[in-house]
Amino acid sequence: MNHPAGTAILNVEHVGMRFGGLTAIADLHFDVHDGEIVSLIGPNGAGKTTAFNIMTGFLKPTQGRVLFRGQDLSQTRPNEIARLGLARTFQRTSVFADDTVRDNVLIGLHRHGDVALLDRLFPTPRGRRAEAAVRERADAILDLVGLAARADEKAGSLSYGEQRLVGFALALAVEPKMLLLDEPVSGMNASETQGFVRLIRKVRDEGVTILLVEHDMPMVMEVSDRIVCLNYGRLIAEGPPAAIRADPKVIEAYLGKSAAKLEHKEPVHA
Amino acid sequence: MTRFIAPLFLVVFALVPLGLKDPYLLNALIITGILTICAMSLNLLLGFTGQLSLGHVAFFGIGAYVSALTALGFDVSLPFGLRITHEGGSPLLGFVLAVGLTGLCGYLIGRLSFRVRGAYFVIVTISFAEVVRLVALNWVELTQGPLALTAIPNMVLPVPGLGDVALRSKMQNYYLVLAVAAVSYLIIARLVASRFGRAMRGLKENESLALSLGINATRTLTVAATISAAMAGAAGSLYAHYIRIIDPDVFLFSYTVTMVIMVVSGGKGTLAGPLVGGILFGLLPVALRPVMAPEAQWIVYGAILIAILFLMPRGIVPALESLALRRRPATETKSAAKPAEAGANP
Repeated sequence: MNHPAGTAILNVEHVGMRFGGLTAIADLHFDVHDGEIVSLIGPNGAGKTTAFNIMTGFLKPTQGRVLFRGQDLSQTRPNEIARLGLARTFQRTSVFADDTVRDNVLIGLHRHGDVALLDRLFPTPRGRRAEAAVRERADAILDLVGLAARADEKAGSLSYGEQRLVGFALALAVEPKMLLLDEPVSGMNASETQGFVRLIRKVRDEGVTILLVEHDMPMVMEVSDRIVCLNYGRLIAEGPPAAIRADPKVIEAYLGKSAAKLEHKEPVHA
Repeated sequence: MTRFIAPLFLVVFALVPLGLKDPYLLNALIITGILTICAMSLNLLLGFTGQLSLGHVAFFGIGAYVSALTALGFDVSLPFGLRITHEGGSPLLGFVLAVGLTGLCGYLIGRLSFRVRGAYFVIVTISFAEVVRLVALNWVELTQGPLALTAIPNMVLPVPGLGDVALRSKMQNYYLVLAVAAVSYLIIARLVASRFGRAMRGLKENESLALSLGINATRTLTVAATISAAMAGAAGSLYAHYIRIIDPDVFLFSYTVTMVIMVVSGGKGTLAGPLVGGILFGLLPVALRPVMAPEAQWIVYGAILIAILFLMPRGIVPALESLALRRRPATETKSAAKPAEAGANP
């Protein structure tokens, strides 16, 4: 499972997205392999979140297609994509704020513990067993992400970093084969970020492929097997962290042309 | 605290007729009970999924007509020389058909309108209620139109040992309404606490997130609409066999408004809210009637509604809940200690 060069689990095939005259994504083409941790980077407005929205069915691409485990997702709705085993988190903090942390995860475990209508309306042994099993699972997930102590608090009352963890726990509750994480560590301090890096490694080691969008470059460089860099809706570079760090096109995209060419040039204004 | 409201109400209202012999008040309680069932059913949609049905009275009215026509029988000619004749049957069968057919209406409306969110469902439900009202008014052969369906038989229940018992007295109808209300409450309570209830809550709070977790929005909302409609249909059937005369006025928009007032004032999205709101606004006109002129009654009714929503914008039951929380500092400190601790070591 851990092999970086495994079979492709996700193929993004020449995807384009136009909103009227605005081209959010011109032509995006890359694969993610089973068991990899891949980062999608690029300056603000490069089309990263749009790409995530296309992969998870919230947007339909104007060209190209996305395959998940060989299945075309073009006509698939977001909830069906989650059922196929492709889960995501959102860039903006996204939790069920009025519910407790445990109830959040229980909502996330929607795919599990389905029982017949009769078991739902009457306290039958089967209904009770299913409910107990789901609750056990929720507690296991909360243990894994380190939120067990917060289980009975309203998700909306947690710190920003902890709410990101709730969002992650929700995505885990889908029991996905692949996770798309949209800026998972934004709002986390350094030690929370370190904890999160350990967490996604652990999740990957359990067989979940991970694609993440992130601006925290040290974190991206540390955790990624491979990096895909976007600018103006186009793929400008792809490769292992060391190669991306040295790639002139990537440096140009982030720091401007002059920085990429000559870094010793004196600035005009002191 | 508020979870004791429902059992308390059940006990109190089960005992009421023992001391109360005034038929006028008993009648008011029966009508209030029927409207409270409607409010509970509306709350399942408005409170727990956030979808506003402004045509809820349609399900109530259809339930009333289906049940009445099943019991009375009818003879209608349809296009292409078709003719349907029904001899008239048991009111209990009418009740079952009313529940089934209104459930089907709720399902179809849900399927039609929940593919898109927003005002769509509101508009579809309003239109549906108006169309149904016009049909009831104009399809005279079936519904008698404005002449009303009269002499609808009382509900008949098979009682072990006694055979079929027609519920003729107010007392009997009172307990029937109370029983149906209790069952409706239990169904909603079970649903809300289940996986299905969690899906509804998720959709209401954050639809994109819920979708990303694999929750099927269209199906969840459609199931909620089906159950809600069926419950309102049951209330309509009870109404028809109690009042024993129905005309197209059972589809009046003002009934829907009353249901919305009951749900919103009591506290939407709470189990006890529609009970509190339903009983308050069901009995308020009765309480005001002996003490003031008819014109003044509705002014006071409106003023009380405004005062409740101004002082308790989330409704009476949520306001009581937060009051109970403030009154008990012991539990308060316990839950407040944790966030403070969290702030200390982030």
